[in-house]
Amino acid sequence: MSFLNFIISGISLGSIYAIIALGYTMVYGIAKMLNFAHGDVIMVGAYICFFAFTKFNLPPVVSVLLAMALCTVLGMTIEKLAYKPLRQAPKLAVLITAIGVSYFLQNAALLLWTSNPKVFPNFFSRSQAGAAEAVNSFSFFGGQLRISYVTVVTILVCLVIMLALTIFTGRTKMGKAMRACSEDKGAAELMGINVDTTISVTFAIGSGLAAIAGVLLCSAYPTLVPTTGSMPGIKAFTAAVFGGIGSIPGALLGGLMLGVIEILAKAYISTQMSDAVVFAVLIIVLLVKPSGLLGKQIHEKV
Amino acid sequence: MKKTLCLLLAVVMMIGLFAGCGSSSASGTADSGSAAAPAAFKIGGTGPLTGGAAIYGTACANAAALAVEEINAEGGIQFELKYEDDAHDAEKAVNAYNALKDWGMQISLGSVTSTPCVATSAETFADRIFALTPSASSVAVVEGKDNQFQVCFTDPNQGSASAQYIADKKLATKVAVIWKADDVYSKGIYDTFMAAAPGLGLEVVSDTQFMDGNDTDFSVQVADAQANGAELVFLPMYYTPASLIFAQAKQIGYSPVWFGVDGMDGILTLEGFDTSLAEGVILLTPFSADSEDARTAAFVKKYQERFGDIPNQFAADAYDCVYAYAQALKAAGATPDMSAEQICDLMIAQFTTMTYDGITGEGMTWSADGTVTKDPKGMVIQNGTYVGLD
Repeated sequence: MSFLNFIISGISLGSIYAIIALGYTMVYGIAKMLNFAHGDVIMVGAYICFFAFTKFNLPPVVSVLLAMALCTVLGMTIEKLAYKPLRQAPKLAVLITAIGVSYFLQNAALLLWTSNPKVFPNFFSRSQAGAAEAVNSFSFFGGQLRISYVTVVTILVCLVIMLALTIFTGRTKMGKAMRACSEDKGAAELMGINVDTTISVTFAIGSGLAAIAGVLLCSAYPTLVPTTGSMPGIKAFTAAVFGGIGSIPGALLGGLMLGVIEILAKAYISTQMSDAVVFAVLIIVLLVKPSGLLGKQIHEKV
Repeated sequence: MKKTLCLLLAVVMMIGLFAGCGSSSASGTADSGSAAAPAAFKIGGTGPLTGGAAIYGTACANAAALAVEEINAEGGIQFELKYEDDAHDAEKAVNAYNALKDWGMQISLGSVTSTPCVATSAETFADRIFALTPSASSVAVVEGKDNQFQVCFTDPNQGSASAQYIADKKLATKVAVIWKADDVYSKGIYDTFMAAAPGLGLEVVSDTQFMDGNDTDFSVQVADAQANGAELVFLPMYYTPASLIFAQAKQIGYSPVWFGVDGMDGILTLEGFDTSLAEGVILLTPFSADSEDARTAAFVKKYQERFGDIPNQFAADAYDCVYAYAQALKAAGATPDMSAEQICDLMIAQFTTMTYDGITGEGMTWSADGTVTKDPKGMVIQNGTYVGLD
């Protein structure tokens, strides 16, 4: 039974990684850049939702929508100010800028909201008639096995986003333009695709997803500080690489596997060494399959 | 044309450099002799004012500023305070310390957190500047340095005191420990706790760790403690991870006695925290913001008015630091025109002999190795407030 519990904890952690990884992989797949500020947009999203809910007493759904809207604006602003001027610059310059943006967001959050941790409200609980305390998990086998609502919601949201993104990039006009940009920016431009707008839309979508990820992350692990997004961001990036960066189903698979491996390593190997185990697995996977689990093998033509 | 301009600029800069040297050495000699000496003691410290540990640095800087203001308002001893940011980083702390030295710091508040303080204490020791750190509790801060003192307990002290307390009060015999492996604070307490536990009849049935970046999911650690039947879980850590541990333990229906150390203080001030999760948590801490003590109450009120937050133990330690300095300087008859080295010798003599009553403890005394002796108070959280146990 404890093994099953560990698997469930792993899936719940992994589903959070997966939802963050979706944002990473989306931006990387289309703009071919690693947006290291993604983790910090998540943090901003969580703060917006926190304040909307606790200070302005908005209903949870409205808070989340507000966070999404503001994060979308934030993402597009960042793209316009920090990344767009560097469109022709080497990849490395953009990467360094992204790291700079990440630090900027963290420190701005520190100034605005201080480093005092905030405890995120639990949206996913329901009060039961007769019981004093709100219930926030499904329990099986007389309480021996529990799956929290947050986990269930996260996995469902993950699946929905994954499907929506797949349909969007596969079927719609904008999606096709995105794929064209990702394959060859120059050629796409020649075909009459507005590359700048396409990349801006990509960032808008990525940042909107970040807000959802922020809310789910903080619902599962409710401590909110200005650095909340950074470590999950890096782990999710790892998950995206694990699953094959640029691949949307790969992000989901990579995230879930990373979470499960992490928890099992903690449970059966060592609580101290779990990260080492996770990254060792990553190295092995990349040695065997350099493009990640579901990544496309791209043959460079010389 | 360009070349001449460059040359000219270079010459100007060289002159500036020498002029700078000349004037600083001139003022240096003038200070010690002339009547126009500065009227205030220059007191400086470094702490994380930005970054992940900023909560501790800002608490200390705020409280120290408050104390300096109060003391200056009384007349008598005057202070001029300067806090520099070290972002909880040893290298930045040394840079910050050098900036303070250039400013003319005469006495130091060390650094707020342990890792940077180990670095700056080596500097203050070499430069013969007396340092009294509010909260850097690692032994390495004071070890082998005659002019480094602490207001907080050292880590080992807390570990053995906790084990002793648990055994004395018969809180449990089967104990689990969850600690942070990459933190000197946590490890220091853990080590001495583990050394003291067997002799006191405590059996450690579960020993699990976590690390920075891996500090959100505690399901495995909590499940391990539960599976091994621990009646009490000892948490030598700060309160942020602890709040997650409480929530995750509740999720699996596990409710042992929780036992924390001074880092647990502040958990009730977490914005939005469901205080019922911390119900029954016991902690050993020298300071409680809810104390009935008149001085503490006045400090808490003032701090809250000025800075909006309830002060934590770090703030209280820094407040005590400044007041302890004021007492020692007064008793030693030190004057602001003395050099840092002269003050250093006076302070060593004072701190090893004096007794100080502060808000983090009555009758605090210091031994020659720089560690403080004061009694930790057992507190338990009941109905969302701290209640004294003793």
